[in-house]
Amino acid sequence: MSKIIASAAINGANKIVNMAERKWREAIDKYGPNQDVAFPDTAYYLPIIYGILGIPISKLSHMEKVFKICKDLLPEPVHKDCHLPYLGPVLDAGMATLFAEEMMEAIRYIENPDFYFPEEEPPEEKLWLGAANDIILRKRGIEFVDGTAPGFAAVVGSVPDNETAVKIATELIEKNLYVFMCAEYNGKRFAEQLKDAGLQLGWPVRLVPFGPEIYQAVFALGFAVRAAMSFGGIEPGDYRRILIYNKDRIFAFVLAFGYVNEEWYANAAGAINFGFPTIADTPIPQILPTGICTYEHVVSNIPHSEIVSKAVEVRGLKVTVSKVNIPVPYGPAFEGERVRKEDLYVESGGGKSLSCEWTTSLPLEEVEDGKIEVIGPEIDDIPEGSAIPMATLVEVAGREMQEDFEPILERQIHDYINYINGVMHIGQRDIVWIRISKKAKEKGLKFKHLGVAIHAKYHEVFSNILDKVQVKIYTDEEKVKEILEKARKVWKQRDERLAGITDEEVDTFYSCTLCQSFAPNHVCIVTPERTGLCGAFSYLDCRASNRINPTGPNQPVKKGKILDEKYGQWEGINEFVKKASRGAIEKVSVYSLMLDPMTTCGCCECIAVVLPLCNGIMTVNREYKGETPCGMKFTTLAGNVGGGRQIPGFLGHSKFNITQKKFLQAEGGILRLVWMPKMLKEEIKERFIKRAEEVGIPDLLDRIADETIGITEEEILPFLQEKKHPALELPPIM
Amino acid sequence: MNSEEKLILLDERLKLQQPQCGFGILEICCRNCVMGPCRISPFDGGPKLGVCGANEDTIVARNLLRKIAVGTSAHSDHGRAVAEALIKVARKEAPGYEIKDEFKLIKLALELGIDIKDKKTEEIAEKVGEVCLSQFGNQEGELIFTKRAPLKRQKIWKELGITPRGVDREVVEALHRTHMGTDQDYINLMKQAQRCALSDGWGGSMIATDLTDVLFGTPEPILGQVNFGVLKEDYVNIIVHGHEPLLSEMIVIASEDPELINLAKEKGAKGINIGGICCTANEVLMRHGISIIGNFLNQEMAITTGAVEVMVVDIQCIMASLPEISSCFHTKIITTSEKAKIPGAIHIHFTEENALEKAKEIIKMAIENYKNRKKENVLIPENKMDLVAGFSYESIYYILGGRFRATYRPLNDNIINGKIRGIAGVVGCNNPKVVHDQIHIKLVSKLIENDVLVLQTGCSAVACAKAGFMDSVKGLNYAGKGLREVCEAVGIPPVIHMGSCVDNSRILLAATCVVKEGGLGDDISELPAAGAAPEWMSEKALSIGQYFVSSGVFVVFGITWPTFGSKNLTKYLFEDIEKEVGGKWAFENDPDKMADLMLKHIDEKRKKLGIDKARERVLYDMAMRRELE
Repeated sequence: MSKIIASAAINGANKIVNMAERKWREAIDKYGPNQDVAFPDTAYYLPIIYGILGIPISKLSHMEKVFKICKDLLPEPVHKDCHLPYLGPVLDAGMATLFAEEMMEAIRYIENPDFYFPEEEPPEEKLWLGAANDIILRKRGIEFVDGTAPGFAAVVGSVPDNETAVKIATELIEKNLYVFMCAEYNGKRFAEQLKDAGLQLGWPVRLVPFGPEIYQAVFALGFAVRAAMSFGGIEPGDYRRILIYNKDRIFAFVLAFGYVNEEWYANAAGAINFGFPTIADTPIPQILPTGICTYEHVVSNIPHSEIVSKAVEVRGLKVTVSKVNIPVPYGPAFEGERVRKEDLYVESGGGKSLSCEWTTSLPLEEVEDGKIEVIGPEIDDIPEGSAIPMATLVEVAGREMQEDFEPILERQIHDYINYINGVMHIGQRDIVWIRISKKAKEKGLKFKHLGVAIHAKYHEVFSNILDKVQVKIYTDEEKVKEILEKARKVWKQRDERLAGITDEEVDTFYSCTLCQSFAPNHVCIVTPERTGLCGAFSYLDCRASNRINPTGPNQPVKKGKILDEKYGQWEGINEFVKKASRGAIEKVSVYSLMLDPMTTCGCCECIAVVLPLCNGIMTVNREYKGETPCGMKFTTLAGNVGGGRQIPGFLGHSKFNITQKKFLQAEGGILRLVWMPKMLKEEIKERFIKRAEEVGIPDLLDRIADETIGITEEEILPFLQEKKHPALELPPIM
Repeated sequence: MNSEEKLILLDERLKLQQPQCGFGILEICCRNCVMGPCRISPFDGGPKLGVCGANEDTIVARNLLRKIAVGTSAHSDHGRAVAEALIKVARKEAPGYEIKDEFKLIKLALELGIDIKDKKTEEIAEKVGEVCLSQFGNQEGELIFTKRAPLKRQKIWKELGITPRGVDREVVEALHRTHMGTDQDYINLMKQAQRCALSDGWGGSMIATDLTDVLFGTPEPILGQVNFGVLKEDYVNIIVHGHEPLLSEMIVIASEDPELINLAKEKGAKGINIGGICCTANEVLMRHGISIIGNFLNQEMAITTGAVEVMVVDIQCIMASLPEISSCFHTKIITTSEKAKIPGAIHIHFTEENALEKAKEIIKMAIENYKNRKKENVLIPENKMDLVAGFSYESIYYILGGRFRATYRPLNDNIINGKIRGIAGVVGCNNPKVVHDQIHIKLVSKLIENDVLVLQTGCSAVACAKAGFMDSVKGLNYAGKGLREVCEAVGIPPVIHMGSCVDNSRILLAATCVVKEGGLGDDISELPAAGAAPEWMSEKALSIGQYFVSSGVFVVFGITWPTFGSKNLTKYLFEDIEKEVGGKWAFENDPDKMADLMLKHIDEKRKKLGIDKARERVLYDMAMRRELE
């Protein structure tokens, strides 16, 4: 820490803490101490304060003790001559800055609730997103854990022109990094520059405009703190582990564009606590010795053309970008980009034309590896704005390849095509919708490159089961119809194969401990009639995954002696769960919510909760943000039951599982379901009605309450009585 | 002072002693029984055996062991006094004292296996005091604090059979072994010397440091000043001198008494000014930022400024000449310890029970004496220098990482990457046989110039503070580029003040923290580190040196070396002992060459660790990051 930086950071911290305190006093006068304060839709309160200090702030009055801590942390100004050591004190000043800024932002949410747009993407007239909610956290945070996103760049200030901004942002996302943006320099902000240049912004494209001032740097660091708690399984208040987790796992850094003022220094000091260094484009003093960060702490005066590669080097980040030989950038960072109508060159599917994709296996000798064919017109032969038929047939072969792997491989096509910059992909099988942008076309992208991407990624990810991959892209309507017909037959067989298997007829289930990296005690048991709670792993998926990677997270588990048929307890399953949870979980009922329910990692699509008054069970999906009759929103529920805890009365499950036969078998199955959000009802309607018919109450869905009926047990009970909901006739649930 | 009065100061007395006894310098005389005294001739033809048949190896080794036992006794008796004080404070028998660092107390209690549940602070303190006190009389097993050493180090001690059992036991056994006709094997004698010294470093001294921290606070960085210029012409100047902070802490508290300050003002002074000499100075500097007047060799000169009303002393390194010198001025010399009286001094018996009262009495005496100061005799040199002190092994964690990332990592990292070449502990006394402070200053200056971070205690620390090495701004000008960069990053000077001479235990623990932080081997002996006591004079220094060697450190002494009378023993201590404990002794009088020896050793250790060459930057992918945990 150079003395200049130390002095500036301490001054900046003092300014920010004092300003926050002033705003807090004004807010107390205006709203009273009991005023609720919160970031939107999160179970982590004000996350830095909650994570580092373990203090849950939910009212204005709670802030008093945090301000005391801030004051205690703020060091004396650095003495001009012989001075005291300042590294430790400045790091503390940085933390005090972050605490103060979080409180200031929380007050902003009361005073100016529309300041931020709390969704994934800003609408046309708005820009700033503010704090990410827990849905975004779960969806995006996991990418920081599994390596899809190696980290983020917190970009503050602005660069001289939009072109440079776009160049830097592109370079960052090509390295799969997220770009978190805040702060103004020279009347401009980096996010505004990207917007002016016509870039799509938001979480799906990894370009996140947090806010217009330096204070919104806390949203980036708050995200990092939540990732450590949510995915690292670290308890709030365990500040050291949270910070070290970030140093070791989340490879983030600050890019400071423009004059670094005292407030910027104070925030940079806060970031250094996380092991996030600052790389500046101005000639500020450097801090080169290592220790708190992996390498240098502050590196300065770096030209814009070199700043991204310098930052990556300083942070010690090894970027592994898939080598996919196509004329446009490629990587997970482009997964979420849209191709808007005005940018569209050509599209396929989406109701406008026939479109499908299908992966199938063939004998080795019938596949020529690397052969990519376009059968029918190529992109150059097609006029701008067309909707064309397209069938993508991927044929694979390998000594280890099995038919069961086909659907798993097929499902990856969505990602692998989406990773292409300038290509949008939605759906699967015969409901695909692909759009290719004008820009991509200009850069030379052809249909065959879709095949190139699939070929490269299949080899990269599935090299242990695949030896050969060839891709045929049909754009001739007749051919497409032909392929579609064949594929539909295969899909039907696949579906029947899964639907046909019952838990009784297999002697082996599969475990899934994929999420133990962040929920160390959690063990999922996946059975033919109980898909994994994340919705991503069916029984067949687990079986295939085990064959692809025999030592991986999906292990076969022999059921062993049956202990209770109704609750779904087996000797072998219990033994396995005990061992795999390191003794934390003794027993598990695969079919019950009330007795030894299965643990939840936090990735569950829905959470079912007992409603005693209604003698029933409600379930709520992750996307539903409102209140529920159990008194908790999804985020609060996820915070309580996630992390691998076994809590009777609460159960994480997938949407698909609701219509599987063993769902809540011990409690009476879907007959117990008394409340679901309307959106969930809509989503599973078709399958649910089928299942309702099987249990003899075809109109069951209509007898289930939703938020339009009520969001308390008292509100929905009369409805259930009026509709004669079968749960009311079932034996008492408690 | 009248012009006809002649002061005989230390330099003069040294001159009068010349030539000093050659047999004594070589340590080849034995007075352990009255068949003697015997002496071994260093020349051909003279007697090669004492009356009992002891040769020079036995005699020199016995003499060294006795010296180490005395040094251990001095530190350890100091530690014992603090333990007793803590117990009295806990029992509320020591008005004025309090437990300042409860956190450290609890940490200690847990380490000592004391049940703290539902116990009051005083109860815990009493128990901690008792357990620590029991370490002195412990007869079997191992001293508890030896468990703090790196595991590899503990294993080495165990295998050699030199893990200390009890402090008193090791001292007694040392004395027993040197009795006529007992241990006559110089290597076996040195084994006990090692065990005895270890009972000082990882026993008595460590207890002294830790319990002093509990009572008076663990040092945290603090600013101070050093040199004669800190004496104030218009103030009542009181000098605290000696070693135990029990006395000086109370003097500091009493000096802040508004009544006494008023009294001083009534008597024409502007206030009361406390200054320190020797390790007492270091203790009050570390915790209160009280100015240091000087080190060991400054004690007589301090009186000759004519501006000192009272010099109050306790134990160790206090010159017998003080009352005689003070008789030429108005200064009163007050002894306070039952263990240390000097003819001609006023004795005020100072105990924990009467501490505050006696401290006030002493200050009153000083105030009353202010009127006797003769203006024409006052000559206060203007020299003074700023410094930052207050480094403990605990505070380093905070200094390097703040509250939330407290760590030694930056230190280790920058040693590994070579910005810091190594660590040196430069400690010890002053000796009038060389120009005052000069060896310290020249040695340390060369070390920091070569990017070696220097940790200091005792009179050596005061010497380098006077030279400006501990000024966090000026000190940087003396540091090499790499070291300077790290110091600027952290905001520290290149030379770190870690306290008094019992606080060398802090250096042992800081070294252990470095080992435990990782990346620099598994033991203190693997660190790129070295120690020195370039101007040593006391037996305590030998004990310190030996416990550092036995803890795996390369230690260089200046001035003279007490085993030159025995080639075999010298070869053992300078060479062979390294194979056993990883550390060894060396002698060198020239500070330039002394630094070279230390640098050479540091470089060898760097090479062994494989950090002698620049390393490629490691870039981490996801799989590598997962392995970081």
